[in-house]
Amino acid sequence: MRLDTFQTLGILACVVAGTMLTRFLPFLLFPESKKTPKLVSYLSTTIPAAMMGLLVVYCLKGVSVASWPHGLPELIAIAATAGLHLWRKNVLLSIGVGTVLYMVLVQLVFV
Amino acid sequence: MTEKKSLGRAFRLAFPKTIPVLTGFFVLGVAYGLLMSSHGYGPFWSLLFGATAFCGSMQFVAVTFLTGIFQPFQVFLMTLMVNARHLFYGLSMLQKYKGSGKFKFFLIFLMCDETFAINSSVEVPEGVDSKDFYFAVSVYDYCYWLISSFLGGVIGNFFTINTTGLDFALTALFVVLFIEQLKTRRNAVSGVIGIGAAALALLVFGADSFVIPAMVVILLVLLVCSRPIESLDAAKTEKGN
Repeated sequence: MRLDTFQTLGILACVVAGTMLTRFLPFLLFPESKKTPKLVSYLSTTIPAAMMGLLVVYCLKGVSVASWPHGLPELIAIAATAGLHLWRKNVLLSIGVGTVLYMVLVQLVFV
Repeated sequence: MTEKKSLGRAFRLAFPKTIPVLTGFFVLGVAYGLLMSSHGYGPFWSLLFGATAFCGSMQFVAVTFLTGIFQPFQVFLMTLMVNARHLFYGLSMLQKYKGSGKFKFFLIFLMCDETFAINSSVEVPEGVDSKDFYFAVSVYDYCYWLISSFLGGVIGNFFTINTTGLDFALTALFVVLFIEQLKTRRNAVSGVIGIGAAALALLVFGADSFVIPAMVVILLVLLVCSRPIESLDAAKTEKGN
């Protein structure tokens, strides 16, 4: 059973409130008028690379290495994406080929 | 160049950068619309959730709270946990979004994984105001999500193409942007810390609850090693590797 309209809007309000708190808090804590602490500027330059690494792992969190196909489609497609990107440095090409390769692998090869 | 022209140019040049997000969001958005429909929430509900919260993964989680018992406090806490990574994004974009004036509210409101990934890594083309460019990327990604989730609610049932694996576009996007981030020594070290911490946290805490511990580890390692990391060159290495 789904919630009634009023309750649904209540859930939505909580999701919006929680999300916006996480989005606006850093900008409220460190407004433009105040000088950003040195440590915070250090973190703001180093965090993106670390987060990108985390996001890659996040995308792969559902992959089971223990059972067939042992994450092979992901491994192959990521290697192809990364290799192609290091070689040609063309973002769309790397992602396009990587994605199509992955689709072929999961739909036709590792079934 | 007038303000309006610069913005138009920004929208033209930003579009190609967002195509991977378009593919990824299309798949995930349609899936979200479908999921909502299956729980008795039509396309306008999907649209409303997307338009106001715009937080893909949390929107999926929120669906589980739309059936059964009404649990507003739990959903609020869950949202804070799942979206805590936005705090990192905000910290990272403090400088880049500085001075964006009337756009600033929207840049913050529209921050998501993919928009952050692009805006924190992209080299803004010459002749375009960086704030216009960031705004254009944010708006594109937002529209992709809204249109896709609405479509998912409407025509999802008639969709017969086998899209299995198409959502790999987002994984590939993060892989490519990760490589792009490695151009400076400092970022390379930070990137390795990110992968290492995330992999470690995934092993220890499991797939459903590793993000927060991973972020704590990243933060601690970056803080503890701030001296050696800061001494690394933040400028691009000559070869750009």
